[in-house]
Amino acid sequence: MPMRKVMKANEAAAWAAKLAKPKVIAAFPITPSTLVPEKISEFVADGELDAEFIKVESEHSAISACVGASAAGVRTFTATASQGLALMHEILFIAAGMRLPIVIAVGNRSLSAPINIWNDWQDSISERDTGWLQFYAENNQEALDLILIAFKVAEDERVLLPAMVGFDAFILTHTVEPVEIPDQEVVDEFLGEYEPKYAYLDPARPITQGTLAFPAHYMEARYTVWEANENAKKVIDEVFAEFEKKFGRKYQKIEEYRTDDAEIVFVTMGSLAGTVKEYVDHLREQGIKAGAAKLTVYRPFPTEEVRELAKKAKVLALLEKNVTFSVGGALFQDFSRALVNEKEKPILVDFILGLGGRDVTFKDLDEALEISRKALAGEEFEEVNWIGLRKEIL
Amino acid sequence: MAVRKPPITTREYWAPGHAACAGCGCATALKLATKAFSEAMEEKFGDPNAFAIAQATGCMEVVSAVFPYTAWKAPWVHVAFENAAAAASGVEAAWKKLGRKGKILAIGGDGGTADIGMQALSGMLERRHNVVYLMYDNEAYMNTGIQRSSSTPYGAWTTTSPPGKYSIGEDKPKKWVALIAAAHQIPYVATASIGNPFDFVKKMKKAAKVDGPAFVQVHCTCPTGWKSPLEKGVEIARLAIETGIWPLFEIENGDFFNIKIQAPGGGAKVKREGGRVVAIEFKKPIEEYLKLQGRFKHLFKQPEAIDEMREQIKAMWKVLGVDVTLPKPEE
Repeated sequence: MPMRKVMKANEAAAWAAKLAKPKVIAAFPITPSTLVPEKISEFVADGELDAEFIKVESEHSAISACVGASAAGVRTFTATASQGLALMHEILFIAAGMRLPIVIAVGNRSLSAPINIWNDWQDSISERDTGWLQFYAENNQEALDLILIAFKVAEDERVLLPAMVGFDAFILTHTVEPVEIPDQEVVDEFLGEYEPKYAYLDPARPITQGTLAFPAHYMEARYTVWEANENAKKVIDEVFAEFEKKFGRKYQKIEEYRTDDAEIVFVTMGSLAGTVKEYVDHLREQGIKAGAAKLTVYRPFPTEEVRELAKKAKVLALLEKNVTFSVGGALFQDFSRALVNEKEKPILVDFILGLGGRDVTFKDLDEALEISRKALAGEEFEEVNWIGLRKEIL
Repeated sequence: MAVRKPPITTREYWAPGHAACAGCGCATALKLATKAFSEAMEEKFGDPNAFAIAQATGCMEVVSAVFPYTAWKAPWVHVAFENAAAAASGVEAAWKKLGRKGKILAIGGDGGTADIGMQALSGMLERRHNVVYLMYDNEAYMNTGIQRSSSTPYGAWTTTSPPGKYSIGEDKPKKWVALIAAAHQIPYVATASIGNPFDFVKKMKKAAKVDGPAFVQVHCTCPTGWKSPLEKGVEIARLAIETGIWPLFEIENGDFFNIKIQAPGGGAKVKREGGRVVAIEFKKPIEEYLKLQGRFKHLFKQPEAIDEMREQIKAMWKVLGVDVTLPKPEE
């Protein structure tokens, strides 16, 4: 029987790691994800998880050790956030290029300067071009589930890419919620033992990994990462379906909420999706045709699903906790690309909000609604809007 | 007819077909190191192939693993420039969980070890991973075209320490990474040289056989970066030992009081007290080493720089507990 426990997302991530039975974990403490390696240390100390836990001297070495272990053919896990993920940046490309299915739990946190330990998505969004798969959790249950899903997708032979699962700093990492912990046997059935098909650092079948490629081959190597990302779209659907069958919880790349007759759809990710769904209910009570959509999968970018969603709305209001300078948010860029060649497309309005842990309230969303309604009415509107900005202190 | 056993295995792990420069001393070092490793694995585990290599970016990496070719006949992985030690930590942890017998060999040049890789190296040694770290020391960033590293010796020309009106070339003494490694109190630390290949092989075998981390720093020549004759690599390396430039020693378990200093040869007089080397009177002047290399050519117009080098060498030996006398060339 699955067990229900009240826990933080950090603990849920540690539980997911325990259930996935990685053979090597390498981690370095960083707020707000520190509890993940702490909890895993306890599991290892108590013999509940039979793994080598390498207490490395930096995040750079954490991911490097994960690459070494994964290149040796074992399931590998780590957790980090913010500057820690940024310190891993160089090796993230390498992990993807070497096609190593490492999984990282990311407690999504802002980046310095100024130093700030609270939530936004700039850390993992900044890694969107590394080739890693990216999942974003709305709540603690999703943090656990998506890590199991991430392993399964990452290790699929059609994919073989590393994956990161983001969950919002403090809003989720440090907040307790009831979480269902699946049975180990069912997880074992779902994930199975990771057995790489090729020889990995095996003296009986020596191969060379991580070579130099001249211009004659580099581009093709990069293309295989592209191709694997494309393959992941289908594999993710399959794994979501299998997960639902085994665990009863349904996941979609884009989860829609009250979008059927919506004129304005608020699109977001992570824990903000919960707030937005509630806000949509509040608007519906006033007879405002609003809906919500949540991206559970950000890389590979769910282009097809975005196009389907776009058919249902007149305005897509993108709520983003990240900035791409001169553009707005990353979603704005991605949605623009997905829709640019569509014959009929909704108006895109971008909202930058909640950076560095700034609360996102209904009042902020009212502001986003007002601008979206202007756009809907054909009035002039700004494409990129900083919501809740305290202009008086600038 | 009696067949004489070869002094070292004929098995090859660093195979022909790599793209190293002619006369590359580091290629020789890797060839010997992997052969020694293989012998140690055979003696320890009964399996000569029971090892894997994690290598840092550097000249020996790019010349040995050009896709779709490889010079490696052992399982080998390269991740990045600064993290051979961290990657090796992961490989070792994975092997432990896979129940695989054997040892991991991490390889890095002086840039990837003494500079950018220092933190990862320290972490790996401190955590006591069962890894031998081999630093091949050709005393500059040779992969990127001969820039100075913290292991470049005083007075040497490199592209980023050019001699000029206001410069004698590299103006800092060489960083002693072997001593930093020994400060971690790990089971085994040694310096070696391709100028004494039998000693190098012996030390690599010893390193491979200890349980826990070991560090070996091997001095190897780079004809391109040192501007030295292709065929004189081993001779130059030997002169480094015989003139006092390159000390050969072993430190076990971080015990600096029992540092094993080796007699340098070349006619040097060694004074021992209680089995311990306390003084060495070198017979060959350092100029004999310097004059074979274009990177030191400019120093012969500035003899005071060579005298400064002598002082630095004395100071370095003093740290090792040895008083040395270094001759000047006969006028």
